[in-house]
Amino acid sequence: MNSRTLVAAGLSAIATIAGASAASAQNRVKFDYWYGLTGQLGEVMALHCKRFNDSQTRFEAVCTGQGGYDKAEQNTIAAFRSRQHPTIVQIYDAGTVNFMLSGATYNAVNFVKDFNMKVKWDDFFPGISNYYATSKGEMWSFPYNSSTALLYFNKDHFAKVGQNEAPKTIESWFDTVRKIKAGGHAETGFCFDFDTWMPLEQFSAIHNLPIATRNNGYDGLDAEMTFNKTKFADYMKDWKKLLDEGAAKIQTAQTGKTILQAFADGSCSTMLSSVANHGVMHSTAKQGLNWGVGMLPVYAGTERKNSLVGGASLWVMAGKSKEEYEAAAAFLDFVLSTPEVKWMPTVTGYIPITQSAFKALDNEGFYGQPDKQGREIAMQSLTFTPPTPISRGIRLGNFTQIRAEIRSELEAAFTGKKDMQAALDEAVSRSNGILRRFEQTFRGKQLP
Amino acid sequence: MDRRATFKSTWLAFALIAPQLILVFIFFYWPAAQSLFWALTLEAPFGGATQFVGLQNFETVFSDKLYWNSVRVSILFALSSTTLTMVMALLLASFVDRQLAGYRVYRFVYFWPYAIAAPAVGLAFRFIFAPDAGFVSSINKVFPNLWNPALDGLDAFILIVIANSWKMIAYSFIFFLAGLQAIPRTITEAAAMDGAGVLRRLWDLQLPLLAPTFFFLLVINITESFVDSFGIVDIITGGGPARATDLMVFKIYSDGFKGLDYSMAAAQSIVLMVLVVSLTFVQFRYVEKRVHYA
Repeated sequence: MNSRTLVAAGLSAIATIAGASAASAQNRVKFDYWYGLTGQLGEVMALHCKRFNDSQTRFEAVCTGQGGYDKAEQNTIAAFRSRQHPTIVQIYDAGTVNFMLSGATYNAVNFVKDFNMKVKWDDFFPGISNYYATSKGEMWSFPYNSSTALLYFNKDHFAKVGQNEAPKTIESWFDTVRKIKAGGHAETGFCFDFDTWMPLEQFSAIHNLPIATRNNGYDGLDAEMTFNKTKFADYMKDWKKLLDEGAAKIQTAQTGKTILQAFADGSCSTMLSSVANHGVMHSTAKQGLNWGVGMLPVYAGTERKNSLVGGASLWVMAGKSKEEYEAAAAFLDFVLSTPEVKWMPTVTGYIPITQSAFKALDNEGFYGQPDKQGREIAMQSLTFTPPTPISRGIRLGNFTQIRAEIRSELEAAFTGKKDMQAALDEAVSRSNGILRRFEQTFRGKQLP
Repeated sequence: MDRRATFKSTWLAFALIAPQLILVFIFFYWPAAQSLFWALTLEAPFGGATQFVGLQNFETVFSDKLYWNSVRVSILFALSSTTLTMVMALLLASFVDRQLAGYRVYRFVYFWPYAIAAPAVGLAFRFIFAPDAGFVSSINKVFPNLWNPALDGLDAFILIVIANSWKMIAYSFIFFLAGLQAIPRTITEAAAMDGAGVLRRLWDLQLPLLAPTFFFLLVINITESFVDSFGIVDIITGGGPARATDLMVFKIYSDGFKGLDYSMAAAQSIVLMVLVVSLTFVQFRYVEKRVHYA
């Protein structure tokens, strides 16, 4: 490139920048919003932005998908370090601790006050707001897309062994799984992967079992893992037994079919999955697949508690201009308004996050619609009891990495390379290593 | 014979190599220095309040038996992948060099795999070798549970070796072919007239003359297997099952970017760098002595 073209290119770039800023000055106030969801749910996120942008003329949300929840968190951190971060970001449940301790956010309680937002905190379901709240009960982020786990079962397979409804207890569930396999009614009675969310986190919540001390970490960064000594260990041993008997099967993307695909094509009779996949199942199940959902089963004799909320919340980041914050406040008020909270469950499997939106949907007969039947079970599960200090949630540092450690140990145990109890003990000691390192990294900081 | 050109003024020499030096500085020395700094500190994800912790990160890394597992897997991976790559590439190159039927097409298409991004290679291999649904699943219909990279660590390891080699064969192939074609025809023809068969000519003439190419590819392949295998592992196995394919470079990624523990990842990067540098040193010190440049 010679010097003249270089100068010309430079001038045109300056002209473009100047032109763009002149244009935006006349136009609406823009702010950046990054989301993590991908695929069909990612499209819904983009659509939600469009609904906001179409709804008014002052502000404009510039929404960018980051290609996954973990990527959204990584990219926001990298962007924050170079001061290029968005105003609002969607962060999944497991990233909550990092953001609370980051010093990089504008906490939601103050944000609502400072920008006169309409959000009513007590309208959120307690199971949802408690999960994201600080130990003092303050909200630092805005609950958004929320789900919980359910048991999906194939009604035809169940009918063949004389069962007409979802199993209430783990004993009867496993009994049915064995009968289905023994009778040859399905390729496998139960398929699972190594995701810890259903078997560890949800299971422990509904059984009111701690996975870590200090109320699952809410009370301090010095929590220690304890799940290897609870009934969770027996639960995993029971899974292993089913696997060894051939009644259950491991299904992952690496084996060729995920649990969702195996359930959708009828080769597997039961699976544990998020209610967010309720919509996905309706669109991907093979023709005539007769399926239903139930609450996650509990061991007989257990006093069931509420299940955990999953999904993501919206964080407002620090260091933005007043105009951008006003735009962000308008956006948050919009997406958390009752009509919009009602809209979300109609286009996804997510649950309505506020009590008023749920009542309105229920009154309109939403849960009676054929393709929405069973969605109310997620609400029952989430609100089964008021959250206890244990069933409230999990607040552990670097939880993504802890999940990965547990996953690796479960892989070793389920593939027969290790005894289940030895694997869980190892998972606990490794997770504690991660927690201690996290505690040291944030030395002198307190969980809010 | 001394063929070196000499500059009278040193500033001209520096000016001429400056662009290269600046690039090396920006893309190598600077990040390496930054890693070293992080490796000696505890860095919070969002920055700020960095604590100096001396060698604690290295102590943690070296006392972790799973880290040593990762080192072991990486070395095995580099050795098997390099061997498979070099043997296959040499075989294909000598076929093409012998102008077997269709060699013009092969000469052209064998290079393609190298142009495919590693994650795309990974996705393709994951589908093809999926035990339930892939093309290779028919093996499991005949011999149940023979092939299952999702659950069997050895199968998963074999799969990433094959995928990585498939990509690297393409690269090595071009160099071997160029090397073979640079050997004067008169030499091979003379040998043929003396009655040497194809294998004899390959073993006694072409291979020794290929030694410089061979050495170059050995260094490149080993280095690439250590530092560039991440995309394939991430897509095909995600380091599993049960850490059977947890290569060092993948562990750095998962600790650093997934776990947001930049300090631990930096310490591991330094170890990986030292390992690759010393392997390369060993190769130049001992293997290169046996190489005769024409």
